[in-house]
Amino acid sequence: MAKLSFQLNADDFLPASASEKESLVVMRESVGFWKDGFRRLKRNKIAMVSLVVVILVLFISFVIPQFYPYTYEQQIRGSENLAPMQYSQTELTTMETGGKVFPHILGTDNLGRDYAIRVMMGSRVSLVVGIIASVLILFIGSLYGSIAGYFGGWVDLVMMRIVDMIYTVPDILIIILLSVAMDQPLKALAVKPGFQWIQVVGVNLISIFVVFALLYWVGMARIVRSQILILKEQEYVTAAKALGASSGRIIRKHLLKNCIGTLIVTTTLQIPSSIFTESFLSFLGLGVNAPMPSLGSLASAALNGMNSYPYRLFAPALAISLIILSFNLLGDGLRDAFDPKLKD
Amino acid sequence: MGRYIIKRIGMAVVTIFAVATITFFVMNMVPGGPFMAEKAVSPQAQAALEAKFGLDKPLSEQYITYMKDLLHGDLGLSVKQRGRTVNQIIASKFPVSARVGGMAILLAVMTGVPLGSIAAYRRGKLADNIIIVFSTSGIAVPNFVTCTILMYIFSLKLGLLPTYGLTSWKHYVMPVAALALYPSSYIARLMRSSMLDVMGQDYMRTARAKGVSQMVSLFKHALRNAILPVVTYLGPLLAYTLTGSFIVEKIFTIPGLGSEFVGSITSRDYPLIMGTTIFLAALMVTMNVLVDIAYKLIDPRIKLK
Repeated sequence: MAKLSFQLNADDFLPASASEKESLVVMRESVGFWKDGFRRLKRNKIAMVSLVVVILVLFISFVIPQFYPYTYEQQIRGSENLAPMQYSQTELTTMETGGKVFPHILGTDNLGRDYAIRVMMGSRVSLVVGIIASVLILFIGSLYGSIAGYFGGWVDLVMMRIVDMIYTVPDILIIILLSVAMDQPLKALAVKPGFQWIQVVGVNLISIFVVFALLYWVGMARIVRSQILILKEQEYVTAAKALGASSGRIIRKHLLKNCIGTLIVTTTLQIPSSIFTESFLSFLGLGVNAPMPSLGSLASAALNGMNSYPYRLFAPALAISLIILSFNLLGDGLRDAFDPKLKD
Repeated sequence: MGRYIIKRIGMAVVTIFAVATITFFVMNMVPGGPFMAEKAVSPQAQAALEAKFGLDKPLSEQYITYMKDLLHGDLGLSVKQRGRTVNQIIASKFPVSARVGGMAILLAVMTGVPLGSIAAYRRGKLADNIIIVFSTSGIAVPNFVTCTILMYIFSLKLGLLPTYGLTSWKHYVMPVAALALYPSSYIARLMRSSMLDVMGQDYMRTARAKGVSQMVSLFKHALRNAILPVVTYLGPLLAYTLTGSFIVEKIFTIPGLGSEFVGSITSRDYPLIMGTTIFLAALMVTMNVLVDIAYKLIDPRIKLK
C-alpha cells in the first residue's frame, strides 16, 4: 500500500510582517458610479463654473424675490419709467425725512413696477417651465422608450413608427396651433369651481405643458430605447428573469437604473431647449399671462422703447442667454462625466 | 432604393394628412367657431357668414369638404382680409420669406462649414478656441435677442442699417445675419466633431503616406466625408429657419409669411392659421424626405432597409 506523505513548511505559517501587510492595504476606496462621475465633473472647469452659475441663477430667481422689498406686480405711483438707480420725487422726499427707500437697481417700467424684480420673476417662470417640461419629457420618454425597447418585436415596430411620425410633425406650429385653440376653452373652464388653479398657472402655460407632453418626448424615447436594447441582453437581466421578476420590475429596477447617466444628461440638455421654446412663445405673445412676466415677454415689451430704455431689453436678453448657456455647458459636462459614450 | 423612397414618401403623405386633420379639429375646438372674436354682428349677418364659410353644416361634412379642397390645393378664404383667399396670401408672402430664409441658410452653411473645419484643423490652438466660444454662445442666444441687439447697435447707435422693410440690400443684412447665427454655430460644432472624427481615420494617413499634399487630403478626403452630418441637419435647419422667421419678420417688419402667420394668430384669422400651418408643415415634411433620400444617395455606406 502506497503511502502519501507531505511536509509543511513552518515558515508559511508565520504572522505577516508589516511590509507584507502594507502590500494588501487597499490604497483607494472603491469608486462607485456617482463618485466616479462627480470626480470627473469636478475636474471639468467649464462645467463647474456653469454649475455655480446655475445655482446662482436658481438662488436669484427663487430665494431673493421672497425677501425683495418690491413685488413683480406692485405699481408704484409716480415712479414710472425710472432709469436704473434713479429715485422718484416722492421717494426722494421720504429719504430726506429719514425714511429708507430700496433703490430700483434696473429702474422701473412704464407702470411703475420695479424692473429688477420683474426680471428675477421672469427668470423664475422660464426656469419653472424648463424644469417641469423636462421632467414631463423624462417620464413619458423613458417609459415609452423602455417599453418599446424591452418588448421588441412588433410592439417596438408599431411604437417606433408612431415616434417617427411625431418626429416629423413641425412642433412649433402645433404648439402655436394648440395654444391658440386651447385659449378659449381653458379660460371658460377656469371660471368653474375646482378649476381655479388654471387661472393661477395661466392658460398659455398649460397649453405649453400639454404640447411638451404630447410632442417633445420622442427624442428622449429614442435615446432610452437604444440604451435598453443593449442593456436587455446583459446577463443580470437573464438572471432576474430566471428568478421570476416581472417585466415591470426588470424595467424599473434594472434597465432604467442602469441608463440613469443617459437620463440625467438628456434631461439637463432638455431644460435649455424647453426654455428656448418658452421664450419664443412668450415673445410672440403666446406665453404666460400678464402681469406675470417671463423673459421672452419682457424682451418683447421692451422692444418698443428700445431707443430710450435699452437696458430693459438687455437685462432679460442677458438673463436668458446666460441661463441657456450655463445649462448647455453643464449638460455637456455631465455628459462627459457620466455618459462618455454619448459624446458626439 | 426604390422601396425606401416609396416608403418615405408614403410616410410623409400620412404625416401631412395627420397634421391637416389635427389642425382642422384643433381649430374647431374653439367654441363658436372662427367668428368668436367678431363683435356686434347681427344674427342674420352671423348666419350669412356661417353659410358662406360652410360653418352651418355638421363637423364631419365640413371636414370632408376641407380635405377635398385641400387635395385640390385650395386652402379657403381668409376671414379677416375680406375677399382674399389663403392661397393668394401665401403666394404673395411666401417668396419674401423664402428669399430671406434661403439667404440665411446659405450664409449658415457657408460660414459654419469653414469655421468647423478650421477649428478641427487647428485643434487646441487659438483659432479653435475662438471658434468654440463663438459657436457655444451662438447656440445659447435666442434669435429675438440677436435681432434686437443687432438692431440696437447697427440702426440706433451707428445708424448704418434700416430697421424695417425690405427694399434694398441693406434691409437684408440684419434679418439674414440674425437668422443665420444659430444654425451657423450649430453647423460649426457639427463640422468640427465630424472633421476630427474623419481626420483620425486610417485612409487619411494612407493618403498622406502615398504623397498627397495636406491641402488635397483635407479637401478631397476629409471634407467630403465630414460634411455628411451637415446634410442631415438641413432638414431641421429649414424648420428652424421657418419658425425663426416668425420672430425675425415680426421684429424687422418684413412683409413675409412669418409675420403674416403671427398676425393671423393675434387677429384670430382661423382659416389663415390653418392654411399657413398646413402649408409650412407640408414644406418641412417634404424637405425632410428630400434630405433623407439625398443622404442615402450621397453616402453608400448607409445600408438601405
